[in-house]
Amino acid sequence: MELIIREKIKQVKKGDQTAFEDVVMFYQDKIYQHCLRMLGNQHEAEDIAQEAFIRAYVNIHSYDERRKFSTWLYRIATNLTIDRLRKRKPDYYLDAEVKGTDGLDMYSQLAADEKLPEDELEGLELQTYIQKQIAELPSKYRSIIMLRYLEDFSLQEISEILDIPIGTVKTRIHRGREALRKKLRHV
Amino acid sequence: MDCHKKALELMHKHLDGDITRAEEHELKVHLEECLACQKHLHELKRTVTLIQSTERIKAPEGFASKVMDQLPIEKKRVRYLRWFKMHPVLTAAAIFFIFMLTGLFSVWEKDTQLMVSNPENLIVKGDLVIVPEGVTVDGDLVVQNGNLRIDGTVDGNVTLINGKLVDETDVLDSDGLMASVGAVNGELKEVDAVFEWVWYHIQNLVKGVFAFGD
Repeated sequence: MELIIREKIKQVKKGDQTAFEDVVMFYQDKIYQHCLRMLGNQHEAEDIAQEAFIRAYVNIHSYDERRKFSTWLYRIATNLTIDRLRKRKPDYYLDAEVKGTDGLDMYSQLAADEKLPEDELEGLELQTYIQKQIAELPSKYRSIIMLRYLEDFSLQEISEILDIPIGTVKTRIHRGREALRKKLRHV
Repeated sequence: MDCHKKALELMHKHLDGDITRAEEHELKVHLEECLACQKHLHELKRTVTLIQSTERIKAPEGFASKVMDQLPIEKKRVRYLRWFKMHPVLTAAAIFFIFMLTGLFSVWEKDTQLMVSNPENLIVKGDLVIVPEGVTVDGDLVVQNGNLRIDGTVDGNVTLINGKLVDETDVLDSDGLMASVGAVNGELKEVDAVFEWVWYHIQNLVKGVFAFGD
């Protein structure tokens, strides 16, 4: 797959806009998921994920083909989500109650459009619980935990994506794991 | 307690795949006798599994087409710019070529005035330069942008740039030109077109360089 994407990127660099659609198709779920987990809001996540692809397209000539494209793309997406989190009002959290609903928070909104059979309800509850615990991690741990365990990047790649030393990545992944262990050990 | 702390560090190293053989052995020995640490490692591993078990979220419908709609339409300028960035050697060559051409033509333009290398004793009538009878020009004679008539003699090479050698008698017989040339004790060169002119200048340059070497 990497090879096909590599080929597509070459075409995009030559000015073939349509080749970029395949690149978007290939990465859209991953990038959207990453943005959603970082931001916890579907609309923001869609906005930021789109912005990430647009920026990737506009700056495609600054992408070094010897490196992994996904690392480069995630770097753009991660920077955008971090910027968005910084600009955000500090009291805007996933657990915040949604106005006009009775005790519904953003998690119920997240799950709302997933149509799952009744018998998966229990699984869903566990899922929701785990996701809530991940979402409650400080963003600097959350991004690393997700990049490592949901998106399968190596520690070295994570250090490149986030532009932080590998030692810092290790410290944060240790703390993130410990924090989640405390929250999830009774599940 | 310190022992647990060390073990904890090793557990994370183990999870990150950074652990050495010796450390792995140390951890194993410790785990065999410490239930608390065993439990801790088990919980950490389970945490990772739980994180990985979360469902994968799909992008909303029509995500890709929305992105495609928002892509900037490439301006021609951008496309050229990108092309230049991708072909630096060609770009350098093109720029060099443009400079060379403009330089060439500006020199060419400047050179449309009549110029005679050593005008002493010569008669200039409009764009006609005459070497009068009985006059001997010592050394080479270069006439630029004018015609030359030789009635006397030239002791050296004659070069005509953008001009012709004319002879009073050439109306009467075509051999007149030859007879006239006979009065030149050296080579006679006529340089007419741009390329010949360029070639002439290059030759001069080369000669100049070698003369300098002497």
